[in-house]
Amino acid sequence: MVIYGVYIVSKSGGLIFNYDHNIPRVETEKTFGFPLDIKLEYENKKVVVVFGQRDGINIGHVLLSVNGSPVNGRTTDDGKDVFDLISAKENYPISLKFGRQRATTNEKIVLASMFYPLFALASQLSPVPKSSGIETLNADTFKLSCFQTLTGVKFIIVTDVNMQGSDVVLKRIYELYSDYALKNPFYSLEMPIRCELFDTSLHTLLELVEKSGTANL
Amino acid sequence: MSRQTSRLDAKKVNSELLTLTYGALVSQMLKDNENPEDVNKQLERIGYNMGVRLIEDFLARTGSNRCLEMRETADKIQQAFRLYLNMQPSVSNWSNAGDEFSLVWEQCSLSEWVEMPNNGLKYCALIPGAIRGALQMVQLDVQCWFVQDQLKGDPVTELRVKYIKRLEDAVPAGED
Repeated sequence: MVIYGVYIVSKSGGLIFNYDHNIPRVETEKTFGFPLDIKLEYENKKVVVVFGQRDGINIGHVLLSVNGSPVNGRTTDDGKDVFDLISAKENYPISLKFGRQRATTNEKIVLASMFYPLFALASQLSPVPKSSGIETLNADTFKLSCFQTLTGVKFIIVTDVNMQGSDVVLKRIYELYSDYALKNPFYSLEMPIRCELFDTSLHTLLELVEKSGTANL
Repeated sequence: MSRQTSRLDAKKVNSELLTLTYGALVSQMLKDNENPEDVNKQLERIGYNMGVRLIEDFLARTGSNRCLEMRETADKIQQAFRLYLNMQPSVSNWSNAGDEFSLVWEQCSLSEWVEMPNNGLKYCALIPGAIRGALQMVQLDVQCWFVQDQLKGDPVTELRVKYIKRLEDAVPAGED
């Protein structure tokens, strides 16, 4: 039972809470000789591996640092262009660190607002009238479970594919939300949830689920 | 289910604490505001703001479904009174169209030891506000007002609830 992340989307489709629970950090550092046998390209302001998967460096991984100096966009910290560095023979051997890029908060907000119309679309595509929206979405590496309350707030958890009892976890998160977020007089509706008590009780819940499953929730 | 029922009465507090706190609030508001009419409005607004939050608590605890007609709504409101105020008002005086009903009670923990000055104050104005706010969050627009009030010498307290409309554009996708 691994829960990767928890998201709460407000009635109007804004991401009001997100929490990455247990995403393994994938990073590989390796020293390369000339010429570099990995094809890199600059996409979406990142230097990405496009071909030549090897030694735990997978296609889609992002170049994080060159010789220990962090990469920002396509330049290193000391202002040198990454592609100039790796094409010059005199810079070799060179040590490159690759890793999986985590979604930034901004990207999460975009993703949350993309899920919102998908959810509505699913209910309209339904061959049967009065269908709900997406409740679970399965992929080969994760399962997304969504619970929408009668008031329109969506609770979403991303878990591993074998997760059982997501609905119970979602109901418990709803209870925590109604207790710790809404009863906090300094929390205003539809705004991002920044309540410490909510965070801590959510952590406790997720740890409990990880240790002993959902049977005794 | 067993867990849910045990949670329903998990955090009990003495009702006298609530009664006194509410009394302190109302009397303070009367001191701050000359006009009892303004106090009524303020109380209604406070109730509304409580209602829009409290509804989530109610739904999370009871796991209620959406109401598709007014009688179910009346049942749920009755249940909420039991849950939050430990009182069981009776539902009566249905209109012929079935869109209007009364909640009648003889004893309310909010107004247990209250003797009212005769100044037009609606002491329990918080309650209709809360009902209105809560129902608005589940896309029901209602009107809610006191018809009789024990504090004003009536034999019972009667709260009238009237359906106005369903807020169609606020219904979340997958729920309509």
